[in-house]
Amino acid sequence: MKPAPFAYAKARSLDHAIALLDGAPDARVLAGGQSLVPALNMRLSTPSLLVDINGLRELGEISRRNGHIEIGALVRHAQAERSSAIAQLAPLLTQAIPHIAHPAIRNRGTFGGSIALADPAAELPACLLALGAEIEVTGRTGRRSVAADEFFKGLFETALGPGDVLTAIRIAVPGSAARFGFAELARRHGDYALVGLAAAGTVHGGGLADVRLAFFGVGDRATRARQAEAALESGNLDAAVAALQHDLSPHSDVHASAATRSHLAGVLLRRVAAQLDSST
Amino acid sequence: MTDRVRVALTVNGERVDAEVEPRQNLVDFLREELQLTGSHIGCEHGVCGACTVRVDGTIVRGCLMLAVQCDGDRVETIEGLSDSGDVADLQAAFCERNALQCGFCTPGMLLTAQELLLQSGAAPSREQIREHLSGNYCRCTGYQAIVDAVEAVALARQGQTP
Repeated sequence: MKPAPFAYAKARSLDHAIALLDGAPDARVLAGGQSLVPALNMRLSTPSLLVDINGLRELGEISRRNGHIEIGALVRHAQAERSSAIAQLAPLLTQAIPHIAHPAIRNRGTFGGSIALADPAAELPACLLALGAEIEVTGRTGRRSVAADEFFKGLFETALGPGDVLTAIRIAVPGSAARFGFAELARRHGDYALVGLAAAGTVHGGGLADVRLAFFGVGDRATRARQAEAALESGNLDAAVAALQHDLSPHSDVHASAATRSHLAGVLLRRVAAQLDSST
Repeated sequence: MTDRVRVALTVNGERVDAEVEPRQNLVDFLREELQLTGSHIGCEHGVCGACTVRVDGTIVRGCLMLAVQCDGDRVETIEGLSDSGDVADLQAAFCERNALQCGFCTPGMLLTAQELLLQSGAAPSREQIREHLSGNYCRCTGYQAIVDAVEAVALARQGQTP
């Protein structure tokens, strides 16, 4: 359980990191390392070079600008968990982050790393889908912004290309009518979710509009349940739960069968719908 | 390509200069190069918490950080915390309450518990203690005695009796 040999380079700047990645096609970015280092230890990943971006302080900030809250890629989960700006402007994240692994791992693991990895059972990709976040990517051709809906492509697959570094996440500051909900079922605290749901909506004329339901742990990536969203907007919770049969295609594994996951997704939808209704 | 890299860090207050292979995990460096064997190696993929150490004041998995990343950092292990007396009350409570049997998880438990006790203003609830220790596995005690010990110290440090 020791990593295969690799070279190590500490990036002095973002440009330096991108140049290093450009020079070694199989290089990996080392951020918090809480998923990459286990993969190295088990030799599931054997890059020739690690590009350590931990020294890039400009990626470690949380700021508010132009109606958005911007979270740097290197912001640690523990830092985001304690951030009053995030609690105020993106409370869904404050609700979700305590479910990520354990304290020692949240001290080290980064916001950007979780998004870039795109684990199908991870909390943050689903939160970004629910929040309609924008993901900022910097590569050799410059900087671009990718909508969360376009970012997650498949099992551990994202819109990141070779030589790209995920640099920040931008979330629009919500209006006063915005509502959020989050729930997750795991066998033990901190384990990956059997099923999880991050949700957002807007209170509108006694009902909900702009509902976004992002499930995790029930597919190859965090997934929006679009028929259920429409049903919830029309005020029919039972129809929304029934629509999950169409929206989701959960898998069976050693932790739970597809049928169990499907059932639990409906249970979570009822719980989260109550949060969306009641959080005033 | 995989040349050794020179690092300078402090470990338990002492400056350490070393040349490390990039692939060497922090806990292996501490155990094999510095003979600080109090930090244990269990699962080597971040699940069990036996390798918990402090880096720049916060606890991390020693198996999920590379030694080469710790250049300029302040690393503290159970040896340092034990020598300074910072966790003496926790250690005594673990003994009194039979919160250890084989002792393999104990260094990690102590560092993790100490972080919780330093963070919280008021004494944490048993639920909060369980949640904070959830990433540290113990295969002997069933956890009840560990929660008892941490709770007793949490209350004692607040000047309350359990």
